[in-house]
Amino acid sequence: MTKVSMRVNGRAVSGEAEGRTLLVDFLRGTLGLTGTHVGCDTSQCGACVVHVDGKAVKACAMFAFEAEGGEVTTIEGMANADGSLSTIQAAFQDHHGLQCGFCTPGMVMSAAALLKENPRPTEHEVREYLEGNICRCTGYHNIVKAILAASGQDMGAIAAE
Amino acid sequence: MYAFETKRPTTIAEAVAALATEEAQALGGGQTLIPTLKQRLAMPSRLVSLSGIAEMRGICMDDDGRLCIGGSTTHAEVAEGAGAYPALAETARHIGDPAVRNRGTLGGSVANNDPSACYPAAVLASNATVVTNARQIAADDFFQGMFTTALEEGEIVTEVKFAVPKVAHYQKFVQPASRFALVGVFVAKFSDGVRVAVTGASESGVFRWSEAEAALSDDFSPSALAGLSVPAEGMISDLHGTGAYRAHLVKVMTGRAVTAAA
Repeated sequence: MTKVSMRVNGRAVSGEAEGRTLLVDFLRGTLGLTGTHVGCDTSQCGACVVHVDGKAVKACAMFAFEAEGGEVTTIEGMANADGSLSTIQAAFQDHHGLQCGFCTPGMVMSAAALLKENPRPTEHEVREYLEGNICRCTGYHNIVKAILAASGQDMGAIAAE
Repeated sequence: MYAFETKRPTTIAEAVAALATEEAQALGGGQTLIPTLKQRLAMPSRLVSLSGIAEMRGICMDDDGRLCIGGSTTHAEVAEGAGAYPALAETARHIGDPAVRNRGTLGGSVANNDPSACYPAAVLASNATVVTNARQIAADDFFQGMFTTALEEGEIVTEVKFAVPKVAHYQKFVQPASRFALVGVFVAKFSDGVRVAVTGASESGVFRWSEAEAALSDDFSPSALAGLSVPAEGMISDLHGTGAYRAHLVKVMTGRAVTAAA
């Protein structure tokens, strides 16, 4: 066990971790930030997506030690300082972009990464960007709508429901 | 996952020293190695992370006009920064998914030589030079079979140098679940001829389709492939597709790559 230190959601944190401790387990187990989910543990579903040094990564496919000294943002860091939902989170709520909510943290984190890089994506670009995020409940339609709404674009262009 | 000790070198020399121990394993982006470790298919006693080595990261042009990409450069960085070789940037842009592309590295992909990975096709079609901490290896000599390369134990891919072709295109038939190439064909036209590298198809890993290369070097159009085919024997046969289907796809994807490149 060694001490691993990083900044998470703007705060300096540290904890004990083995070399093999995954970032997702460090966040959930050591730091108590259970909003990041382990859906498949095989790098496919994206429920574990967080931001490390400004980039979306799958926290189940990264070791805690690899994030040493880095800046990590999890779903817990997405709300505004006053506790109100961020634009993307509010859009997911308004457009029913979730049912069970298990994939949702990963969807929101991927959406945030997309909109940072491409503030006004097309529907196709949104769907392409979500290739690494799987949802069992919604059929993706409202997730895509929510992300397009969050980008400030008119959703009338989406194919008929 | 079995336990291991970890090292995070900041220079190539430190990494080579750390890898000199038996059962030490280099860790690139971890997008293949970490899932492998989770399944206990590997048991290294030491993992040497290469992601902190600044001299292995970056994209630049050398004096001979070759695009040089550091072994620890991520797929996302190549997609963004390899504009001098558009077909290579496009190839990187379609590996895995966005989060995977932020971690996976060129060096890791090349050293692993997964028979369904995209980069080996790009490297082989470009006749790129694989640079290690010890030597330089031509692509034609580097890929030696499924998951097998010319690398020695503890040898690291520090850089890959690509000559930029006149035109090129990578056509990937995406396996929808894994997003690997069911069959992927990279076609590159240089002034002295055409190279066609195929991934996803053969049990021996990435290979060059020499008959197609000869035909396309004469006539760079899809019709040049008319009478040609690859044998189904030796093609990967699994739940995603038979060997015969993959052999069929090789021709189709080559034709599409030529159409897109021309």
